[in-house]
Amino acid sequence: MMAQIGPVAAPAVDWAGLGPVLALALGAVVAIMVRTLARRLPDWVDWAWTALVAAAAAGAAVSLWGRVGAEGPFNAVGDQFGVDRFSLLVTAVIAVSVMLVAPVLHGFCQREGWSGPEIYVLMLLSAAGGVVMAGANDLVVLFLGLEILSIPAYVLAARNLARIQSLEAGLKYFVLGAFSSAFLLYGIALVYGSTGTTNLVGIRDYLSRWVVLSDAMLLAGLALLLVGLGFKVAAVPFHAWVPDVYQGAPTPVVAFMASAVKTAGFAAVIRVFVVAFDLRSGDWQPAVYALAVVTLLTGAVLAVVQRDVKRMLAYSSIAHAGFVLVGVQAASGRGTAAAVFYLAAYSVLVIGSFSVLAAVSGPGDSRTGLDDLRGLNSRRPALALGFTVLLLAQAGVPLTSGFVAKFEIIAAAVDARSFWLAVVAMVSAVVAAFLYLRIMVAVYSSPDGGDGAGDAEESAEPLAVPVLTGLVVAATVAVTVGVGVLPSVLHDLARDAIPALVAAG
Amino acid sequence: MEAAVFIAAAAVILVGAVGVVGSRNPVHSALFLIQTLLGAAVLFVLQDAHFLAAVQVVVYAGAIVILFLFVIMLLGVDRAMRLDIEPIAGQRPLAVIVGVALAAVLLTVTVVATGELTGVRRAAGERALDNGLSDVERLGRVLFSQYALAVQATAVLLTIAVVGAVVLTRRHGGHSGPSGEET
Repeated sequence: MMAQIGPVAAPAVDWAGLGPVLALALGAVVAIMVRTLARRLPDWVDWAWTALVAAAAAGAAVSLWGRVGAEGPFNAVGDQFGVDRFSLLVTAVIAVSVMLVAPVLHGFCQREGWSGPEIYVLMLLSAAGGVVMAGANDLVVLFLGLEILSIPAYVLAARNLARIQSLEAGLKYFVLGAFSSAFLLYGIALVYGSTGTTNLVGIRDYLSRWVVLSDAMLLAGLALLLVGLGFKVAAVPFHAWVPDVYQGAPTPVVAFMASAVKTAGFAAVIRVFVVAFDLRSGDWQPAVYALAVVTLLTGAVLAVVQRDVKRMLAYSSIAHAGFVLVGVQAASGRGTAAAVFYLAAYSVLVIGSFSVLAAVSGPGDSRTGLDDLRGLNSRRPALALGFTVLLLAQAGVPLTSGFVAKFEIIAAAVDARSFWLAVVAMVSAVVAAFLYLRIMVAVYSSPDGGDGAGDAEESAEPLAVPVLTGLVVAATVAVTVGVGVLPSVLHDLARDAIPALVAAG
Repeated sequence: MEAAVFIAAAAVILVGAVGVVGSRNPVHSALFLIQTLLGAAVLFVLQDAHFLAAVQVVVYAGAIVILFLFVIMLLGVDRAMRLDIEPIAGQRPLAVIVGVALAAVLLTVTVVATGELTGVRRAAGERALDNGLSDVERLGRVLFSQYALAVQATAVLLTIAVVGAVVLTRRHGGHSGPSGEET
């Protein structure tokens, strides 16, 4: 890039295009400023403000959706941040995740006696990082988005200072996250070395113009990028942190990590591999194929043998990540649409599931064993019913969003002629179905049926479910069934969510 | 001359890097890290990136490692760690094998394939550099044009660092009293 003597040529900025990021980041800063000055505000202000800010970000994304439809994808800052329908849909999924998690977090904080806006502020900033990742047109911006997404998540995982597992989760997440960032950076450096630019538009342009005869460095860079991002989306050789972190972190935070953080990670995977390196898809597709197979099988099989429901859902989230990888592996428009559909449907499902667990886990957030769920049906029939629907949807039962999502993924895989991968995905779904049945059996078994009298005495206590948490569960169930019955709305949105790389100017 | 300086600096860096990982005492690790960073600074000078070399010494060797040492000594972990505990059987040999394999691949890529490493034409790179600007000015221009968004995004990271530090170190506001925690 040639710089002229004289004033710096500042990049053209389209502020509206940055709307969702600005809303989330400014909302977070305003929250912490106001709450520092006005300490006496009631606690509900925090979650209400968080949900409002997230709603504003979603609204900005919706208005940009129309503009992209009319004018085509454009760049918000120079050639560094792209606005296309793919990034907008991902933005909307992240914003809706924040809106759903915030009320659950409120109930959770009240039960645990936590006060202060910090936890909400960190969640908003993390979401802002996810939005940056979804639109990043430059590997440097992508990396910074990843860090903005991850570092608040490390802190949130360790937030339950009274619980040793939470601290362990935070530390493990942090150390492995930093480790994966190093891989990603090394990959970025090698890609820069072999193409001469960190800009995704520039990389794509370079690869389409030149035939790289000696591509060892480019391939090594691609491999390291895949490792770095694989950690974030918890693909299998890089999944070791997931069970411990999901078990230890505060339950509403896990809901956020499994929805928004995972969605943002996959947005980055799709942006880098499917879009920027589409001409090298022959190189990365086999690697993603292998990752998808291992992820699908390991996640499903290890989920079945767990005793703790949070660990079970952690391994099941790994299996779900495998499904999304199947969509990525297709490297087609249909595969991307299926992946986005899956992420949107799964985000809602997983927030609902962990919201139920957040209500059940009891003071201290530790009662998430399979036995602790026993008799949930007799204590809270409505909650048990909602949980059942969400679990059935995770298993992929028809008339739920989970079925449609899995169907889209498998259709995309078949479309890309990856027949064996489709078979593996279906086997994984069958194995995982057993896991969800195990949880459901616990929910509907009688409290004193299994483990002796002490258990029965505890379970007889009334279970206090915060109203807001109940509403969130109801909303997620409604969306899950709604999408399952009428998939066409989300299907059309996902089909239109085409990622694009637009050159500057 | 250039090759001699490079080899010397590279040796310093490598010895330092091995020392960081190999030392049993965290304080020694931190000191070896300074050695690595100083060696990298020499490499920057060799590339005519004098500003980066200065930043490397002042910020990394000067400030960040001192912070590391501060934390190590404050937390009282300045003693040898037990490295013979192995939670998962066979993970240490496996880690060595995988690490050596990765290093071998990266070495093959970056050393053996020298010459035809990249497709970028040399002339393009040289033209971009040869515009009569000092490296500070050039760096500033790149940061505020090509990477303007990235520079702004680091502001968010700093905010997160402050808020996160407050959350993790605050004593009150957490769970009150002992929380009957099972392990």
